Amino acid sequence: MPKVTYVLSDGSSRVLDLPVGVSLMEGAINNAVPGILGDCGGSCACATCHLYIEGAQAGSLPPVSELEDDLLKGAAAERRPTSRLGCQVLVAPDLDGLTVIIPERQT
Amino acid sequence: MNTGPLVIIGASCAGVNMAIAARELGFEQRILLLGEEADLPYHRPPLSKAYLAGKVSEGGLALRPAALFSSLGIELLTETRVAAIDRSGKAVRTLAGEQIPYGRLALTTGCRPRTLSCPGATSENVLMLRTLADARRLRAAAATSAEIVIVGGGFIGLEVAASLAMSGASVTVVEVEQQLLAHSISRYASDALMHLHRARGVNLRLGVKVTEIESASDRARAVRLSDGSVLPCDLVIAGIGSIPNDELASAAGLLCRDGVMVDQFGNTSDPAISASGDCARHPNPFAGGRHIRLESVQNATDQARSAAASLVGKPEPYAKVPWFWSDQFDLKLQIAGLVPTSGTKVIRGELDSGRFSVFHFSAGRLVGVESLGRPTDHLFARRCLAQNLAIAPEILTDTSVDLLQAASAGRAAALAGTENHKPPKPELAPARTSLDQA
Repeated sequence: MPKVTYVLSDGSSRVLDLPVGVSLMEGAINNAVPGILGDCGGSCACATCHLYIEGAQAGSLPPVSELEDDLLKGAAAERRPTSRLGCQVLVAPDLDGLTVIIPERQT
Repeated sequence: MNTGPLVIIGASCAGVNMAIAARELGFEQRILLLGEEADLPYHRPPLSKAYLAGKVSEGGLALRPAALFSSLGIELLTETRVAAIDRSGKAVRTLAGEQIPYGRLALTTGCRPRTLSCPGATSENVLMLRTLADARRLRAAAATSAEIVIVGGGFIGLEVAASLAMSGASVTVVEVEQQLLAHSISRYASDALMHLHRARGVNLRLGVKVTEIESASDRARAVRLSDGSVLPCDLVIAGIGSIPNDELASAAGLLCRDGVMVDQFGNTSDPAISASGDCARHPNPFAGGRHIRLESVQNATDQARSAAASLVGKPEPYAKVPWFWSDQFDLKLQIAGLVPTSGTKVIRGELDSGRFSVFHFSAGRLVGVESLGRPTDHLFARRCLAQNLAIAPEILTDTSVDLLQAASAGRAAALAGTENHKPPKPELAPARTSLDQA
């Protein structure tokens, strides 16, 4: 299973083996990683699974949809070029070793 | 902290969030999460949407994996129905006769659908939707039904109508009011939904009542309406509102009034017992401090987290911006704040396009925003409501202004003062669109 590292807002990190096909939001929620809420359950409605995606694999992610783009504009923490909604990025084999950074706030 | 075990009655959105938040906030005693259903806790919103439309399977509905509950030391008891609360003995008694002692008790019992009362309403193919078990039945029945009648043009009825129409069924919605969602959304939003459903082939029958469900061999064959017309059908689905599950609380002598009465910290009239989610009638700052009940994911999660904070001795008044969404066909309707029944409305976007937002002002203050296919407006509205920003209507009617960018760029001052609630000046807005004194 691909390894994904979540860097928490306090600087600590959690490394998880995630099954292919779950979203980065679900990966966090299912393992009680704090700082990602996913309040709408992945319906792309709430922008509370905002995260920053670092590293080389960032380039191989699926593009940001119009809806995700709109929601990211309204995310509580600063939007950066690396911003994504965790619910819209699914774990895939080529994302092994991915590092994601959780912003300070989601609401 | 020596409070004894936390027992939570109701293992859906509010109950699960209460349990997890209590652990995250450092609650170290036992946590028992009691649920009536056999299924592990799941997301309810997709039941009427993606699940019914066949776009998501049951595996995708879990609120949390089973392993997470055990890893957090949350004892999840499924198929456990509570018969009574013994407040003096600080224990709950299950229907199976088991006594479960509590130090603190949390009621997250939710609500249940109102049932039809007309003749024929108990026929076996008259269904409702609340639980995953209901949704399974409904999905299976819909797969073999050609003509489906939905009673009630509310959120559940309309979402089910859209999901089934997308699957190719012939769907009729019967609504007693002259408009859809008459008590929940503005006329603008209601009309847009009416056009959307009609354009997508849903037959809407407004302003008529169901008088009888004609059945044979316990199966509904047709629905008879108050105007005398008869709708042949092989499946009836009722979505006519819901009732809070406050009977346990009421029987235990807790103050209830169409829901369990709680204070701003989620406490009931017994300080050892909290309530949150659909079943809790709470004072809400976005309703001017009035006691209201909200049936939404936002309220269930945020209120449960607030109740958990009170539990661990870090009480904070519940003051989160209410928000809500509904997916119908390819349209996302989102509501931030609360939609008032009267006041000033400002429209952003073109009504005819079906993608617009209605900003509601009451006594000069922004109180609620409905957004149809405009998620950026919705998030902007949530931010404004959360930060208590005043908004000038003339900014809203200019769709070339990027509201979020404007806000983020620190131009809040251009929108309004942040501290004083300057009343908006309706007379400055372009007269053509948008201002409508209701």
